[in-house]
Amino acid sequence: MENNKVLETIGLTKYFYDPVKFKVLSAIDLSIDHGEFVSIVGKSGCGKSTLLYLLSTMDTDYEGQIFIHNELVTGKADKVLAQIRNENIGFVFQFHYLLIEYNVLRNVMLPGLKLAKYSEQELEHRALEHLKTLGMEDQALKMPNQLSGGQKQRVAIARALINDPLIIMGDEPTGNLDKKNSNLVFDIFKELTLEKKQTLLIVTHDTDFANKTNRIITMEDGRIIS
Amino acid sequence: MNFKLILNIALHLLKARLKQTIVAAIGVTFSIAMFIALVSFMNGLNDLLDGLMLNRTPHVRLYNDIKPSEHQPITLTEAYKNSTNFIRSIKPKDIGKSIYNSKAIIAYLKKDPRIIDVAPKITTPVFFNSGTIEISGVINGIDVLSEEKIFKVSEYIIEGKVTNLLQNNSIILGKGLADKMMLTVGDIIKITSPSGNLSSLKIVGISQMGIAEVDDVLSYTSLDTAQKLLGEPTNYITDIQIQLHDKTIAPELSKEFREKFNLDTIDYKTANAQFETGSSVRTIISYAVGVVLLIVAGFGIYNILNMMIYEKMDSIAILKATGFSGNDVRWIFISLSLIIGFVGGIFGLLFGFIFSSIIDVIPFKTTSLPTITTYPIYYDGIYYVIGIIFALFTTTIAGYFPASKASRIDPVEIIRGK
Repeated sequence: MENNKVLETIGLTKYFYDPVKFKVLSAIDLSIDHGEFVSIVGKSGCGKSTLLYLLSTMDTDYEGQIFIHNELVTGKADKVLAQIRNENIGFVFQFHYLLIEYNVLRNVMLPGLKLAKYSEQELEHRALEHLKTLGMEDQALKMPNQLSGGQKQRVAIARALINDPLIIMGDEPTGNLDKKNSNLVFDIFKELTLEKKQTLLIVTHDTDFANKTNRIITMEDGRIIS
Repeated sequence: MNFKLILNIALHLLKARLKQTIVAAIGVTFSIAMFIALVSFMNGLNDLLDGLMLNRTPHVRLYNDIKPSEHQPITLTEAYKNSTNFIRSIKPKDIGKSIYNSKAIIAYLKKDPRIIDVAPKITTPVFFNSGTIEISGVINGIDVLSEEKIFKVSEYIIEGKVTNLLQNNSIILGKGLADKMMLTVGDIIKITSPSGNLSSLKIVGISQMGIAEVDDVLSYTSLDTAQKLLGEPTNYITDIQIQLHDKTIAPELSKEFREKFNLDTIDYKTANAQFETGSSVRTIISYAVGVVLLIVAGFGIYNILNMMIYEKMDSIAILKATGFSGNDVRWIFISLSLIIGFVGGIFGLLFGFIFSSIIDVIPFKTTSLPTITTYPIYYDGIYYVIGIIFALFTTTIAGYFPASKASRIDPVEIIRGK
């Protein structure tokens, strides 16, 4: 049973100090199993994004404990956390964050090059495979600024997939997209869970989107209410 | 750490900001080039002036000075041996200018492995007779071959040859003297020695040191001629000049010989203290200007990197999110800076060499320096090594602070802000 947990938190509490001390998250206990497609919903300001960034290991200023793959990550050094993110977590944000200096293929390959688990040729091959499943293989050599919003977001998803992460985290990944592209992105996520047993944790305020996921975590005032 | 990847990212960031990068690199290029040109020129100048000094001053000179006796009779008296004695109105004693036992000393010195060569010399004041007037001057009786070897006298002979002095009763006159008396090569000049002997010498050359005071009084003749002129025997010598392999040991050797031969000695540093001061001041100035130029270039790099970091906040954030540590980000920006420094520095060395070569061919003629036709440049690989080290050092420092700032960027803040 233990082995199936991808992500677990115990008593996660976070304060904001500016302008006054304010409790954003209070004692969050959460666990996500392998292969789950989870969405976190809630009103704006309820702390859902904050929770995601704590789970992503990028924000380390919190109380409580976070386990990734049953391994405690709380209190680890910046370098170790970077390594954990590189290997285990794929990110898709509202904004695509592609490097405009690199073409699409290179952007997808970048986290893989950092991990250096595969050779460059192999990575290129894998990146092309991912782009192909997302229907983007013919755009591989274009620069990011030549792509549409939906296409950029698909490239970002391919980038999140390159290192076969344990979990993909999304912060409003469809927030900037129209209905059609939104659905496209959702379908991609759905396919990933069904076919590859990919674990997904998506923060969204799009209830349509959330309703289609396996599990919905609703938050209010820094607590999980359902 | 994956340096290849980091370098690759740095290069792509640079490519995206090519114009600014080039401007930053030009700053480094310009300062390194100026530094190289300046230091080469300054050292060329130092060399020229040092040469001027060293070509006239032996590393160590042995002679008899006129001075009071060190041991006054009272100190030799047993009765006052332990007292403090005050003696007033001591007069200096002239033990004669001739170096006693000179031939033996020269033979001994020539065997010393630290010594390149030894040149005996006779210096004596004389009067040059021109019609009814007498002009005071100095005659240097030299051992022509040794003197040429040590001091390259021929560089200062503007008419005739120094080897002409090997003929009997010949003289090379200073240009100032020759002009004053309106004499040229081939003329005969009458000379009165201090003891009143009158002799006639044939002018076989004209010398010009470039220092008017010297050219107005100095003339050269051979040792034999000088001895005959003074009516002295062939072992009469007033100075022994020593040229060393390593001139830095001159002060110690000077002391050693003073004790060994019981003669007065002086080393070239003591004799020309003012030259040393000038040289070191000029060197300091050129290094200071170079460092200032580099600091200015460093600020340029600092600014450009800072701007680049503000522009690339998003990229830094995503790099961090996808697994690049703060250290990786720091190295990306330090390598950016190093690339600018290295490329700028290499071009700086190249342009520095070109500038030096241009200065080297600019005509520079001055009557005081007859052997110099162009501005002096001293080429030395060490300046180029210092230049590139300077360039890399300054750019690393200039890049370090922005890079550290980039490494501290909190990706959450950037990503949440969107």
